[in-house]
Amino acid sequence: MAELLTVRVTVNGVACEGRCEARKLLVDFLREDLGLTGTHVGCEHGICGACTILFNGEAARSCIMLAVQADGAELLTVEGLMRDGKLHPLQEAFREHHGLQCGFCTPGMLLTALDLLRTNPSPTEAEVREGISAVLCRCTGYHGIIKAVEAAASALKTS
Amino acid sequence: MKPPKFDYHAPASLEEALALLQRYGGDAKVLAGGQSLMPLLNFRLSRPAALVDLNRIPSLAYVREHDGQLRLGAMTRQRTIEFSPMVAQKLPLLREATKWVGHLPIRTRGTIGGSIAHADPSAEYPAVLTALEGEVVARGPNGERVVKAKDLFHTYLTTSLAPEEILVEVRIPAMPAGAGYALEEFARRHGDFAIVGVAALIVREGRRCRQARLATAGTGPVPVRLRAAEEILEGDGLSDSAIEAAARRASELVSPDSDIHASAEYRRHLTGVLTKRALRRAMGVARG
Repeated sequence: MAELLTVRVTVNGVACEGRCEARKLLVDFLREDLGLTGTHVGCEHGICGACTILFNGEAARSCIMLAVQADGAELLTVEGLMRDGKLHPLQEAFREHHGLQCGFCTPGMLLTALDLLRTNPSPTEAEVREGISAVLCRCTGYHGIIKAVEAAASALKTS
Repeated sequence: MKPPKFDYHAPASLEEALALLQRYGGDAKVLAGGQSLMPLLNFRLSRPAALVDLNRIPSLAYVREHDGQLRLGAMTRQRTIEFSPMVAQKLPLLREATKWVGHLPIRTRGTIGGSIAHADPSAEYPAVLTALEGEVVARGPNGERVVKAKDLFHTYLTTSLAPEEILVEVRIPAMPAGAGYALEEFARRHGDFAIVGVAALIVREGRRCRQARLATAGTGPVPVRLRAAEEILEGDGLSDSAIEAAARRASELVSPDSDIHASAEYRRHLTGVLTKRALRRAMGVARG
């Protein structure tokens, strides 16, 4: 049995701890050790973006990071977007504008869009397209997602 | 897939990291941002005995100006570079190139030192380092040495750095105020590695060109400096015909390979087209 290392992270505001091998990917740690299966495993080499989370407030791929590297970090996953039983404005906009079908890419899309809107609260359509090009969607053809992110940008500015 | 087993070390100092590399005698890999190495591990194309993770050495991340150069710590994130006012002011070509590196979530983790040490010939940073005549600082068991861009890249994914050395700093001369610059790239999808990319810098004096710098990504095993094309501009100025001639020369200066993504002939063609586009856009930005 390989050596197990302790990993302490704050996920969605909650302090969590687990023990895993050094080679365990952060996304697998979230899903298997912490039971947070909202973050999806897609390509496992940093291309598809389904596993995107916020790492210390910035979007990053959790499939090309080791869990041990996250020790001490603050993470935000899709489970942490809702507040007080209400959907996040981005989630609301995705529902309203048909920004998802199968839902596989959605967690990654949401966290990527959140980072995009924090760094650029008033993106142009071209900037939204560029921003979400970090995540692959194989159902909706992106159109609804773009509309949703634009709507969320407006909603977040007025809220 | 999942990574194979390895010993994992996250030293808190560079000295400790260097000692670990020596201890493993070439069987350890240095882990920087991990945006290339982690996929290689997940695919099990790389099976190092150990990883020496530099992410717990905060002193390796900085952007400073010194002696007319910008000096960037190897662990400076691409995202930091993208939003750095100093980089925007002194090295706008590096900033522009950064936006072509993957996507924002990749740039959150990816580092300048990692990108250059990885030496993917299609990557943007090695081309910019080559165009701007930058250099890197390598630390090893016998101390520090400075390696110029032209002496750094040997072939695909291979540099002149020794296995027990760590790239600790990237040094790039600050661009002259008012210099024109552009990075033009063609890729199948935004954020992919370049099929071909061209980095350009020009310093204008009226219609004359006091200095031209051109280098490519994706046209061979290492970035290619297009000196003979630069000379056309420095000799004949920045007229349409001089730019045409420089672009034609650029396409003759590269010897690309064919692969699954593009034929050698197509890459050669792109080199000319992108050189012309980069120069035209650089002209639009340049003052003087």
